This record gives sequence, C-alpha cells and structure tokens, in this order.
Amino acid sequence: MVQVKVTIELIKKVAKNARLNLTDEELEKFVPQIKEIILDSFNKLNEFDAKGVKPSFQPVEVSNKFRGDEVKEGVTQEEALSNVVAKLKEEGYFKGPKAM
Amino acid sequence: MKREETIEFFVENARKDFSVVEKNLAQVINEIKDSEKKKLNYIEEIDVKNVLLQFEELKKSFENKDSKYYGKLFGVPITVKDAICVKGIESKAGSKILKGYKPLFDATVIERARREGAIILAKTTQDEFGFGTFATHTVKVPKNPFDIERSCGGSSGGAAGFTSFTKSYHIAIGESTGGSIACPACFCGAVGFTPTYGLVSRFGLIDYANSLDKIGAIGRSVSDASLLLEVISGLDEKDSTSLNNGFERSEVPIKRIAVVKEFFQNSDEDVKKVIQNKINELKKFYTVEEVSLPLNVEYALSAYYVIATCEASTNLAKLSGLRYGAQGEVEGKHFDEYFSEIRSNEFSEETKRRIILGTFARMSGFRDAYYLKAMKVRTKLIEEFNSAFEKYDLLIYPTMPVVAPKFSEIEKLTPMQNFAMDLCTVPSNLAGLPHISVNAGFVNNLPVGLMIVAPHLEEKRLYSLAKVIEE
Repeated sequence: MVQVKVTIELIKKVAKNARLNLTDEELEKFVPQIKEIILDSFNKLNEFDAKGVKPSFQPVEVSNKFRGDEVKEGVTQEEALSNVVAKLKEEGYFKGPKAM
Repeated sequence: MKREETIEFFVENARKDFSVVEKNLAQVINEIKDSEKKKLNYIEEIDVKNVLLQFEELKKSFENKDSKYYGKLFGVPITVKDAICVKGIESKAGSKILKGYKPLFDATVIERARREGAIILAKTTQDEFGFGTFATHTVKVPKNPFDIERSCGGSSGGAAGFTSFTKSYHIAIGESTGGSIACPACFCGAVGFTPTYGLVSRFGLIDYANSLDKIGAIGRSVSDASLLLEVISGLDEKDSTSLNNGFERSEVPIKRIAVVKEFFQNSDEDVKKVIQNKINELKKFYTVEEVSLPLNVEYALSAYYVIATCEASTNLAKLSGLRYGAQGEVEGKHFDEYFSEIRSNEFSEETKRRIILGTFARMSGFRDAYYLKAMKVRTKLIEEFNSAFEKYDLLIYPTMPVVAPKFSEIEKLTPMQNFAMDLCTVPSNLAGLPHISVNAGFVNNLPVGLMIVAPHLEEKRLYSLAKVIEE
C-alpha cells in the first residue's frame, strides 16, 4: 500500500526530474488535477490482489528475436545532420549545450 | 456497401484504365484544399509536388506492368496519421516540439503500402502524441463532418474525419494506444480496425506507449479497412515486438456472441437503443448472450493510465531540442537549462500533465506499486477476457458511450472525466486484443459505433462478423 501526499513540492520535484519548468499558473492548475488522478485512479490498483501474478510487460507473448550481425548501410553524415538548424551545426558535428 | 464503392473495385479499374487513378487523385487533392479552406483541419501536411512525383512513377508502373501495377493498392491514395514517419515529409505527431522534422526513412507500414502501389497522400491531424479522446489537444483541431461544432474523436481524429468527409477512394492509416482508432471511427461513422498488439510493425511510429501502441486502418467500409490491414500486417525484423503472424481477408464461421453487460449499461440511452436494435438483428443469425467483465470495468482504466503515462514519459524524454524538431539557442546554457526550456515551451498542457503523472509513477518507491502492479493487473484482465472467449467467439458493445460531443461540452470536462470517456475502448487495447468499430446507426444524424472484440490473432472473426453487419 503506497501512501502519497500530492503537494506543490512533490509536483515541483517531479517536474524537475522530467525537465519541465512549470509556471505558477500551471502548478496551481495541475496539483488538484494530478491529486485526483493519483488518488481516485492510480491508487485503485492498491485494492487489487495480484499476489503471485506474473506481470504482462507485453499483452501478447513476445520472444527474443535475433538477426545476423551483418554490416548494412546506415545514414550518411550529411543525412544525419539534415534535420539540424544551421546554428547547431559545426564542421559536420551537432552542437549542443554545455554538459559541465 | 456497394461493390462499386470499394477500393478493390477501384484497383481493378485502375489496372484497366490509368485515368481512373488520375481522376480520383485530382478529386481527393481538391477535397483536401476544400477541407482546408473550410478549416475542417483533417490534414496536417500535404506536399503536392511529392504526390505528383509518386503519380508519375505509378504511371510508369502502369505502362511497364511492374509489381506495383499488380499491387493490392495500385493507385489508392492513403493518408497517414502524423505520428507515423514518412520519408521527407514533416512528421511531428501533432506536436510543436517536432516541428520541421523530416524523417530519413519510411515507417514499415508506409514501405509496405508503397510496395502495393499506394500513393502516400498526406499526414492527418491528431492529439499531440495521441494524448486524448477528442483530438483537441493539438493546434489544428479536426471538426466532425456530421456537425462541425462536434469532435471527430481522438486521437486519430483527422484520419477518421477525412475518411468520412471524402467522396473519393481513399484509406487512412491510424494508430491506437487506448482507443485512438475505434473512437474517431465511431464518431465519424467510419470503420476502424485495430489489430492484435504486434501484428503490425511499429517501426517508424513516434511512440506513445510501447506496450500498447498498435497501427491499424480506418476506411469507409470493412472491405477497405481490412484490405489495408492485410497489406501492412506481418513480421518485421525492425520491430522486436512484431509477431510472426499476418492477416488475410478470409471468412470463418461465427456462432456465439456475447454483449458485455457493463459497457452496454453504462452508455447513453440513445446509444443503447441503436445498439439494442443491432443486437436484435444479430439474434436472427447467431446465439447472442450476455457476459460480465467486472475486473475490466473496475480496473482497466487505472491500469491503462498508469502504463500509458509511465511509458509515455520515458519515450518523451528523448525530445530535448537537439538534432531534429524545435531547436533553440544553446550558447551559454547548461544542458539541463536548455532541455527544460525547450520542453516547457513546446509541449502542450496535456503532454506536461501526462509526463508528470508518468514520471511520478516511476519514481523510486512508487514504481512497484504503480507500474509493476499495473502490469500484473493487466495479466488478470487478459485472463478475464480469455475466459469469456472460451464460451464466445466474439464480444460486442458500444464503441463509445456517447455520440460525438460538442467542443463546448469537451471544454468543461476535467482530466478525470476525460479519461472516463475511454471506458469502452481501453480494455481491449490494454489487453492487446484485436477489435473493429463499425457503424450501427445514428442518433439525430450522429453516428453510433458497435465495437467487436476477438481473441488475440483472431482478426478473421472480426472481418467475418463486421462484413455481415455492414451488409
């Protein structure tokens, strides 16, 4: 049984994990809505007795399939960069924000 | 449905006289222009130049009598839900964050349709990433051809709306996670065929939820939708969850059918009346009884929304404003700051809400209680369906508990009330069971859909009964 208190602080923390900046307006709107969904819908699963039941990660049985380890043509450098805007391309590389 | 109105008939004629293809294509392009002028919003993207190039190539196929000429979709215009990648054509799953993204490759379903001589005509509008029941969670909201103040249903709203709007020969490729083919097909009076999970390759689909997504077909007849499903189904080594099975249009005997009591009872009175009339007709040919699915009624929505939001929040983590789609200014920014900024600016409110729900349910301490539990509940819900199928060949009930609602009514729904609308469509989707929605009649000129559900990989049963109902 999970006990969870849906507060502004919790939603802020979750949003940060999800790389979302929520405005005060969004927070005010989301907190009661998310509270309702978690308490009335998600938590309904608590009452379901699933002891010893195998989880269905897929709805049908899927077995591992392997293919031969063969070299095939991939995309060219030019193609790989074709969806990148000019300012984020440099000398045939993607340019991203700094990581450190 | 008269035979002259089917795609099969069209293809036979197209092989005799190529002007049939030309005339139909010109007409359907005009219809798109007309629908855009009227702001009906079915079409997200059309590249007429590209369409004409395909037409010229088909002309050569006609002259050379090559394999496309003998294809099952020779000359047939196909529209594609925006979430499915088409080479060189903007494919953005109805989202601003993917604006401008032009895939370098075709999804497997597109490749297969092309191989059979299809013309890939246009991308259709949808809820952003498929997040919705009414196709309202996007910039371009499609309007129901039966009443433009009402929704087409979602999330494949543009696909079903255009199928119903056009008078030309055309079939639509849709995609369903929790009901996104059946719901809009129902509201627009079309046929929506959702296959068993894994029957159709998901390669090239911009994912919503990997363990739930299924690509399928929307057509104006059972014959058309089934033909497209036949073409796109079958094993694909590019999708590790793709099954060894395909679908072929052949009829099998049907004897026993059950109406799922709860889904019937929870529907609007007017919808019930239409469905009851259909049930009475079916009773002349089949044994029709009632069955109860108490666990699915009680728990399917909860398990579904946990799984769907968890998987969606993981899938959307890759969208960070780099390499494709919306891109911003990176200079002087830390990656956290950049990713958060672009995601916050480009995702819609509904998408943010679902990402938060899914990220919450996957947080340490909660994952087992929600995600893993939902997966176990799914096992029991599939078992409940399977035990009903021990006695019955097929299950039936209303596709949607209501007729297409007005946009003004939809605005008033809370997110919870919105989710509850999926009561009838979610269970078969969660269980990965094939299902088809066919028109059962009308309430005040608004279509009512009948949902038919079959056991895994028994699409032929759906085809068999749906054909009888249509006739």
